[in-house]
Amino acid sequence: MIGPPSGSTTQNLSPQSFDITQIRRDFPALSQMVNGKPLVYLDNAATTQKSTTVIEALSRYYSKDNANVHRGVHALSERATTAYEGAREKTREFLNASKSQEIIFVRGATEGINLVAQVMGQRLQPGDEIVISTMEHHSNIVPWQMLRDTRGVVLRVIPINDAGELILNEYNKLLNERTRLVSLVHLSNVIGTINPIREVIVRAHNRGVPVLIDGAQAVSHVKVDVQALDCDFYVFSSHKLFGPTGVGVLYGKESLLESLPPYQGGGEMISSVSFDRTVYNKLPYKFEAGTPNIAGVIGLGTAIDYVTKLGLEKIAAHKDNLMSYATESVGAIEGVRIIGTAEAKASVLSFIMDNVHPHDVGTILDQEGIAVRTGHHCGQPLMDRFGLVATVRASFAFYNTSEEVDKLVSALHRVREVFV
Amino acid sequence: MSSLGDLYQEVILDHNRRPRNFHQLDISSRKVEGHNPLCGDHLTLYVRFKDGVIDDIGFQGSGCAISTASASLMTDAVKGKTIEEAKLLFSGFHNMVTGKLMSTVDVEMLGKLSIFAGVCKFPVRVKCASLAWHTLRAALQSDQDVVSSE
Repeated sequence: MIGPPSGSTTQNLSPQSFDITQIRRDFPALSQMVNGKPLVYLDNAATTQKSTTVIEALSRYYSKDNANVHRGVHALSERATTAYEGAREKTREFLNASKSQEIIFVRGATEGINLVAQVMGQRLQPGDEIVISTMEHHSNIVPWQMLRDTRGVVLRVIPINDAGELILNEYNKLLNERTRLVSLVHLSNVIGTINPIREVIVRAHNRGVPVLIDGAQAVSHVKVDVQALDCDFYVFSSHKLFGPTGVGVLYGKESLLESLPPYQGGGEMISSVSFDRTVYNKLPYKFEAGTPNIAGVIGLGTAIDYVTKLGLEKIAAHKDNLMSYATESVGAIEGVRIIGTAEAKASVLSFIMDNVHPHDVGTILDQEGIAVRTGHHCGQPLMDRFGLVATVRASFAFYNTSEEVDKLVSALHRVREVFV
Repeated sequence: MSSLGDLYQEVILDHNRRPRNFHQLDISSRKVEGHNPLCGDHLTLYVRFKDGVIDDIGFQGSGCAISTASASLMTDAVKGKTIEEAKLLFSGFHNMVTGKLMSTVDVEMLGKLSIFAGVCKFPVRVKCASLAWHTLRAALQSDQDVVSSE
């Protein structure tokens, strides 16, 4: 186990401050050398690093409280249940959901979308339509294509302009009496566009159509208020919010979740079972069959504590500063083209370099200790829209610094030296 | 940066900038598609056989410097070779980029191709270097028309 450096807990963070040195100390993985250089971690859209508090929460659960939840009457089971349900309450507060039973724990944003697709899909008819957009992650495309194959559901795709923004006029035309759901990304993992989801939701609701929002990238950048947004479903992954992998959240409006059939069958999701008849459990357990990722959920709660304490407004301000600086300085490098220039954009800087394949850029940056993602970022239809096979993607978290942007820029100059 | 220098040697950069045999062959040739789903690299290989010998070979496609240079150098290396010789080159090249022990025969046989030896230090790039070779192997021995380096 990695020992925390002394004094590296979030308790030292005064709510008013944004002490980047202190923040970086809270994330042990950041202070390592890679290929002989200090790590510059700019792959936060893929996954984020974990704070000592999150790592310790996992360790504490397994070393002291390990027991199954909602089952035993013994002390450990009670502690585990309290911690697990405590994390549900933290998540409810984080999303400003009105009730904790609207928070379903799943494996990740991907499973959240699949859950909705599977349970809603049971009631869809051939010719029913689902609206998505060009900038969706594969996880918000393939589950609906599977319904197309099994149920004859039709996929409608909101197009985007060259800046990477939704064309809302076209969206209007896609909504009709056969539309059963709009499923849209909040913040693009490839080009950083922040979609006008409130507007999208209002227009869908005017036609009586529910809306699912994929918040995988958004929750670490904007304050999400599911009641103000009035979205019907909202999904995100813990690991992109500085929490453990293998945990995600599906928020759903209580009335909708009540009306839908269960997802997986098993323990926990029932209130009574006989061979003749099974009565399903109430929300949220109806959708949480089997022993959940208890440690992971508790870790997510701890990660939410960290982010909340730091403050999403301050996080966004810091990251927006970094993004403007990075956009300006990377964009100024000869031969670099930035992909995605939406007016509302955050966290993610995708670009290509003339005559250099993104993978070669990635390898050279790695030699400088800089971690970026190269490839199609699970968004091949979006790549096709821009006529590309791959980009280099630098994605920022609150622990990144302008010095790290400088290192990225000088490494990109090094790439040009090698290739031009 | 020494290992980076091992990877991006001048010969590799040169073949990336000016790939050799970068063209289609006529319809009498065998055509096989190769792709690497991880990075989206894609190449089409054209091979014309005559009396058990690779009479002519060309490729087209898009990929990173390593995969483009590898395809370019491969086409140079196997042109005029018998099918058996090309298969031996495949094994030798594969052993080299995956860091397996190579015989002195392998080393001698690979000649100019040995500039890819540095790839074995970059495990995630091995597939880039091997894509063209896997595609060639498919062209040599089976009726597959599409191969993947996954």
